[in-house]
Amino acid sequence: MGSEQIIFYILSFWLVASSLAMIFSRNTAKAALFLVLAFFSAAGIWILLEAEFLAITLILVYVGAVMVLFLFIIKMLNVDKSTVRAKFAVYLPIGLVVAAIIIAEMALVLGPSQFGLDVVAAPQRHSADYSNITELALQLYTVYVYPFELAAILLLIAIIAAITLVHRKETNRKKQSISDQVSVKAKDRVRVVSIASNAKGGE
Amino acid sequence: MSVESLNLFPFDSSSLLVALPEIFLLSAIVVVLLLDLFLVKNFKQVTYYLTQVSLLITGLLAFDLIGHAETIIFSNSFILDDMASVFKVFMMGATMVAMVYSRHYLVQHSLFRGEFFVLVMLSVLGMMVMVSGYSLLTLYLGLEIMSLSLYTLIAIARQRAVAVEAALKYFVLGAISSGLLLYGMSMIYGISGGLNISDIAAFASNSDLSSREALIINFGLVFLVIGIAFKLGAVPFHNWVPDVYQGSPTAVTMFLSTVPKIAAVAMLVRILVDGLSAMQPYWSDLFMVLALLSIALGSVVALMQTNIKRMLAYSTISHIGFIMLGFTTGVVTGYGASVFYILVYVLMSLAAFGMIILLNKKGFEADLISDYKGLSKSSPWFALMMLVVMLSMAGVPPFIGFYSKFFILQQVVSAGFVTIAIIAVVFAVISAYYYLQIIKSMYFDEADKEATIFAPMDMQLVLSINAVLILVVGLFPDFWMKLALSLL
Repeated sequence: MGSEQIIFYILSFWLVASSLAMIFSRNTAKAALFLVLAFFSAAGIWILLEAEFLAITLILVYVGAVMVLFLFIIKMLNVDKSTVRAKFAVYLPIGLVVAAIIIAEMALVLGPSQFGLDVVAAPQRHSADYSNITELALQLYTVYVYPFELAAILLLIAIIAAITLVHRKETNRKKQSISDQVSVKAKDRVRVVSIASNAKGGE
Repeated sequence: MSVESLNLFPFDSSSLLVALPEIFLLSAIVVVLLLDLFLVKNFKQVTYYLTQVSLLITGLLAFDLIGHAETIIFSNSFILDDMASVFKVFMMGATMVAMVYSRHYLVQHSLFRGEFFVLVMLSVLGMMVMVSGYSLLTLYLGLEIMSLSLYTLIAIARQRAVAVEAALKYFVLGAISSGLLLYGMSMIYGISGGLNISDIAAFASNSDLSSREALIINFGLVFLVIGIAFKLGAVPFHNWVPDVYQGSPTAVTMFLSTVPKIAAVAMLVRILVDGLSAMQPYWSDLFMVLALLSIALGSVVALMQTNIKRMLAYSTISHIGFIMLGFTTGVVTGYGASVFYILVYVLMSLAAFGMIILLNKKGFEADLISDYKGLSKSSPWFALMMLVVMLSMAGVPPFIGFYSKFFILQQVVSAGFVTIAIIAVVFAVISAYYYLQIIKSMYFDEADKEATIFAPMDMQLVLSINAVLILVVGLFPDFWMKLALSLL
């Protein structure tokens, strides 16, 4: 077994183990951290496949940004775990049976007899000076320019959706009124009150 | 090095003309979105009118492209053919009608916001991308653009818990079904090495396809069919449909139940009929099961409903069953019957939901069947219109709903599935009961409360035309059937 294979098996083991741990973890914050571990393992496998740029993007975007935001939300929402798991035991037996059948069926199709190295040749290795990013950029902005634009529209929808759903009417909002501040006069700010002087103390 | 490689991808901007409807609509969306921000409160109606004009112009641009030679641009990921153009024109028309009805509802329930119209247009843009999608990637992106806007549209009534629940259910199940669809696409891509529909079709119809390759394609096909069935709402992937239909604001339910179904059928045609026709014996077997289950469950469960939106949800499921039945025949005339059925279904569904909105009042949703009691006394004209819609949905001649069912069954019988056709007819007869129940409620029951119609004139007019069309189109079904056939 070559070193590459050993690394692959280690990463795959971590990927599967952390995914399972994420699903079965009772603590949502821990689940999110297991998902981070799963992303790291997946990124490692991508590096083995020579997709360095994608692997780094996965770590930077998903681990660095998305999951951190996720952790924030988990901490702020404080989800009650007991209600979420109330029906877990009821559905567990039937879920296990269905999952076992699906796994068995998929194993029949996706096993090494269909996808082994003797059937599908291993992809060719590129030389050390091969640039992943150049190749990606060339493809993305030429052949895949239409899907690229569509993805941009998806992001626009995400912005509109987020603002539509979260934005409340401008009530109870403590904001400055700049025009009022500028046009204020000394008269409005300072009230001169004449207080009757104390008659006794006439020093 | 890079400059030389760029010449490998010649880009001719004049070829973009065939994508003009999409380009115009996207520009219009951005303009409306920005303009809406600066409108003062009393001029918010401008957003509505701008939306209608944008949709009209997009529809006209698409209409202009009917008859254009089949053109594939953007590195084989965008196709313009007659099916795409005609579907786009239909979608624009249906959306415009839906917007006329929606405006009344939105004003009554204080949901009238510029974002509603922007999101509807974005969703329509996604559907146009799907209709013109010629690679798995663009089909999927179009689907996501459509779905994301729809999730938000449902949740726009966020004060109502049922609407939020409906949005969340739709979102979670939509995400799962998208995942299944993507998994199927990845399998097809992995084995055929191409994302474009033409590459996949060439690969799948190759005569020396090894049994291993056929197995993987079939494996991916199962996931594709499940994903499509989820989006169409066919049994057993229908559980989200009744809850989402009932929970959403009626204006959104109306939009959700009509235009996206056209896009879903277009995606089905592109992937399964254009791409994987070589695998037709396999997927038509799956479709047969889905179709029969949908027709049976949709017809029987609807009998028990008291909420008309929920009843229409089950009615949609049974209509979807008929549409899928047309695809099991494996011949072009059968597919044509299905395409005809979906367009007819959209026409009927728009009118049915329009009637629900018509009876809406401030803070009151006329979504119970008992709300229609005695409608023939208070508004004989609209009771007649509802009668037309319901009889057409039940499949009574001479209305168009009869011919759509008739063409499907004719194709199914000529394909040799006589038993299947008989079962479908039996359930269609059972389903007639709940349509007739509404008619009975309108004509023979005494009203508990006075039903007055507050809807504006434009909505009353469009709704009347919509219902009359169901009758008029029904008088010339052959013309429309020929049109539907010419698209494939």
